[in-house]
Amino acid sequence: MGKTTEIMIAGFGGQGILFSGKVIAYAGLMNNKEVSWLPSYGPEMRGGTANCHIIISDEPVGSPIIVNPDVLIVMNKPSLEKFENAVKPGGVIIIDSTLIDRKVTRDDVTVKYVDATQIAMDNNSPKLANMVIIGAMLKATGVMTLDEIKKGVEKSTPASKAHLVDSNMGLISAGYNG
Amino acid sequence: MSDKVLMKGNEAIAEAAIQAGCRYFFGYPITPQTEVAAYMAKKMPKIGGVFLQAESEVSAINMVYGAAGAGARVMTSSSSPGISLKQEGISYIAGANLPCVIINIVRGGPGLGGIQPAQSDYFQATKGGGHGDYHLVVFAPASIQEMVDLTSNAFDVADKYRTPVMIIGDGMLGQMMEPVTFQSKETASLPEKPWATTGTKGKREHNIINSLYLNPEDLEKNILERQERYNTIKANEVRYEAVGVEDADYVLVAYGMTARIAKNAMATLRKQGIKVGLIRPITLWPFPTEIFEKTAKTAKAFLSVEMSMGQMVEDVRLAVNGACPVHFYGRTGGMVPTPDEIINEVKKIGGVL
Repeated sequence: MGKTTEIMIAGFGGQGILFSGKVIAYAGLMNNKEVSWLPSYGPEMRGGTANCHIIISDEPVGSPIIVNPDVLIVMNKPSLEKFENAVKPGGVIIIDSTLIDRKVTRDDVTVKYVDATQIAMDNNSPKLANMVIIGAMLKATGVMTLDEIKKGVEKSTPASKAHLVDSNMGLISAGYNG
Repeated sequence: MSDKVLMKGNEAIAEAAIQAGCRYFFGYPITPQTEVAAYMAKKMPKIGGVFLQAESEVSAINMVYGAAGAGARVMTSSSSPGISLKQEGISYIAGANLPCVIINIVRGGPGLGGIQPAQSDYFQATKGGGHGDYHLVVFAPASIQEMVDLTSNAFDVADKYRTPVMIIGDGMLGQMMEPVTFQSKETASLPEKPWATTGTKGKREHNIINSLYLNPEDLEKNILERQERYNTIKANEVRYEAVGVEDADYVLVAYGMTARIAKNAMATLRKQGIKVGLIRPITLWPFPTEIFEKTAKTAKAFLSVEMSMGQMVEDVRLAVNGACPVHFYGRTGGMVPTPDEIINEVKKIGGVL
């Protein structure tokens, strides 16, 4: 990856799209990168669509709006339809193949299919598919290491829920190794 | 490493206000600024402050009027339709020469409009959205850190000049997160307010907070006194950022989030050998006129880029004063200009397209 990585995460509201973006952004911050996190906002609710734009850079972030991401993470089919063609040539698309039954049609991008929702359910954590897919993204892009993302998980987890750091990291590792 | 945290713009404004000594917040929820009120609701009771959700924006701004009259550091926040409702109170506060801070996290309008980001309240903010001869000092931050720094500064400017100060951001700035740090501030050194209605204790004349002057000689005198303060503000408080304007053929003009998009466009155009600069007004009022006068001597043209149908461009034209052409490009209704759109506009102006 170059000096600036633009990551777009998209899916349904309730899948933890915004939280997974926060984990990545905080990990960037904790590793002394410049970061921005821009959510879609609106009359959104569980089951509606949600996306967020995360920029991790060695330089101050200009516009936080991502038009053509280096990395696209999609957790539902409408998001794949909407954003597939926006990804930069040579970019990376990570797909939750439990929920998306079609393949990427482009041949100028790297695609990683991961059964994120299935892996999360197999680990009795159906709500942590967002962590699985972060792990898969780290493996496919090398944008940061597992140790580095752990700092982001720790910072994003409120003190009252500190016990969840290990389970989140477990699912990230499962996605990384999956 | 300094203690940087990720915060939403709305939360960062609220925390910055508290750290600046603001202990009174009156508001009413509206997307996309509700996190300001939510943060205040959580924090104020813990530090002996007052958070009050009023029954309407009209009520909230009049509570601000009262608290400001009693000498408190006080803030309200809203988004465009709510700010329209507050205009009567804002005019009264300006007329009574009271300091306060008003946040507008702008959404698309007119009317209820939408909830996506916009900059279409520029006229309302800078030209007096309420009635009468008055101005607000208007700060337009472009990052979350700048939102923090300007919020702190806004209280100082408000107190120093006894004027309402507005911080104007768009919905994206309110909702996005960036790393911020807070400079610890001496809240103990808040300025004396001998004019405030704090009770005479039988030892001094009554202080009167009022905006009614039925005698026109008195009203004119009051307005002229305020005008003197505005002249001092114009001399002392103008802020802007100018990047690459010295050798620029084309100068982009943008504030807030749009300035960051314009910077991306500028970087691409510079790589292509087109000399582009950027002026980012940080105070929308007072407008940074001098840098435009200076830059107009060497630039071929200006391009004002806004999330509106063209509002700030009028101030750019006044400042450039016919010295060279001033163009406009905008998206509105919650749509956001892209760097490519700005690049195309510059190339059209330059005759490259």
